[in-house]
Amino acid sequence: MSTLVLLTLTGLGLGALYFLIASGLALIFGLMDVLNFAHGAFLTVSAYAAWRTAETVGGTGGLALAALFGTATGALLAIVVELVLIRRLYGRPREQILVTVGLSLAVPALVQAVWGADSRPFPVPDALSGTVGVLGAQVPVSRFVLIAAALAVLAAVNLFLSRTRYGLIVRAGVEDRAMVTALGIDVTRAFTLVFAIGGALAGLAGVLGGLYFGSLSPHQGTSLLVFAFVVVVIGGMGSIPGVALSALAVGLVQQYANYYVDGYGDFAVVVLLAAVVLARPAPRLAGGVA
Amino acid sequence: MSTPAGHESPQPILSVRDLRVRIGQSSILQGVGFDVAPTGTTALLGRNGVGKTTTVRAVLGLLPEEGEVTGGTVRLDGEDVTGHRTHTVVRRGVGYVPEDRGVFGSLTVAENLTLAERAGGPHHYDLVHDLFPELKARRAQRAGTLSGGQQQMVALARALLNDNRLVIVDEPTKGLAPRVVTEVAEVLQRAAERVPVLLVEQNLAVVRRLARDAVVLDAGRTVHTGDAAELLADRERTTSLLGVGRHERSERSGQAEERPEEREQREHATKEST
Repeated sequence: MSTLVLLTLTGLGLGALYFLIASGLALIFGLMDVLNFAHGAFLTVSAYAAWRTAETVGGTGGLALAALFGTATGALLAIVVELVLIRRLYGRPREQILVTVGLSLAVPALVQAVWGADSRPFPVPDALSGTVGVLGAQVPVSRFVLIAAALAVLAAVNLFLSRTRYGLIVRAGVEDRAMVTALGIDVTRAFTLVFAIGGALAGLAGVLGGLYFGSLSPHQGTSLLVFAFVVVVIGGMGSIPGVALSALAVGLVQQYANYYVDGYGDFAVVVLLAAVVLARPAPRLAGGVA
Repeated sequence: MSTPAGHESPQPILSVRDLRVRIGQSSILQGVGFDVAPTGTTALLGRNGVGKTTTVRAVLGLLPEEGEVTGGTVRLDGEDVTGHRTHTVVRRGVGYVPEDRGVFGSLTVAENLTLAERAGGPHHYDLVHDLFPELKARRAQRAGTLSGGQQQMVALARALLNDNRLVIVDEPTKGLAPRVVTEVAEVLQRAAERVPVLLVEQNLAVVRRLARDAVVLDAGRTVHTGDAAELLADRERTTSLLGVGRHERSERSGQAEERPEEREQREHATKEST
């Protein structure tokens, strides 16, 4: 029983991490039809920025500052990439993919050149390095931090989408971008905003990923991105609740399979993806996950 | 290009000159020119696939990715807006009701209207609710669950919500039940009392009821501009220009449904042959 509890909470923590990355991907794809392969690069750079901050300042305050700084780094990087590169390439999917894939290769290489290929320990403050007893299982505190952060992000994104004018523009734009412009709305501003939000969430995921894994490496973002794409495909492009459910399912399946089927977690995720894709009648089925 | 005969128009609200548009390899428009008078309804007519929708989309900067304006000018109230981005053209005071209505199905009726509110100007909810009392009652309903006629009401309401200088309506009665066609025509009639309307329409009974001026396109060119009633009274001319059969369809019979994709394909096929 205690193993199951530990696996479940660890799986939920991992799912939370996937959700943070995938929600940005889904919003960006849903609104702008851009498959942002550079999303993992945003995460990596943010993670290193956070790591430097946490190392320098130290303690729980250092981590809070690192989270703030990492999130801001992700947002800033995303804004620059959108304004300088992606903006010129709307409606040209092949060029977009080339550019974002290029970034996904170049940025980690740059990070590796500066800080080395070896993974670095991420400073976890004492307050978060302990465990909490849940139904007999000793669960690391960091898992709860991740779950809480993901829930907060889910609530915030939902509020943004349902209560703000830009949220309305994004929801309408996902459906019919041209018609949004035909109502006199400059949709490119919404593009930049959504890119910034996606980048900020990737940045936050970079910080929390450091906390979850206890370390960071130049290619962490890229490997997490693969699973985030799986989550988006299962959950539906542009559907935040679908992505949340899907992230949950992928995190749990991966953890359970890793333990019960002897390290086959990644394989189980691919099986889940194949099963969902084959079983689904329409391209988008947000609620039908798990 | 001459202004529609018989009407002294001080300055047209929309003035299109020698407009040429290419989409992919096809030349869709090869010299479209006409004026829209600052009052009343101007009908843009022609057989399927002659470039009516492309003309409207080119005016609004809404051509598909592979499309481009290769020549000509579009002036809105005297200002050159040729090739301007869609939102900047629309913000100069253009309401647009596209052929497929462009209603956001996942948004509620109220959200569809909120989205259409343009900054800076008054929003005429009183007018909209007066014209479409049903929309007030259904404000919290998702637009995707409305009937075709109700969705057309949402689309028209969005275009009439702001203080516009011109409203462009593309085939508003297509695919609607006869009773709804009459309702839509009534709304357009009332709208045209407030704002000039450029109306693309195949239902000649609706055109007869609403339009003062008529512009006829054929194979991507303007082939006739003039008084709408005069044109429609001339059976021979109507037949040759619009391809209308011996007896024109009545307003109440509506229009045969044609899907936008089919229309698109047909438009392309027509270009290939020109």
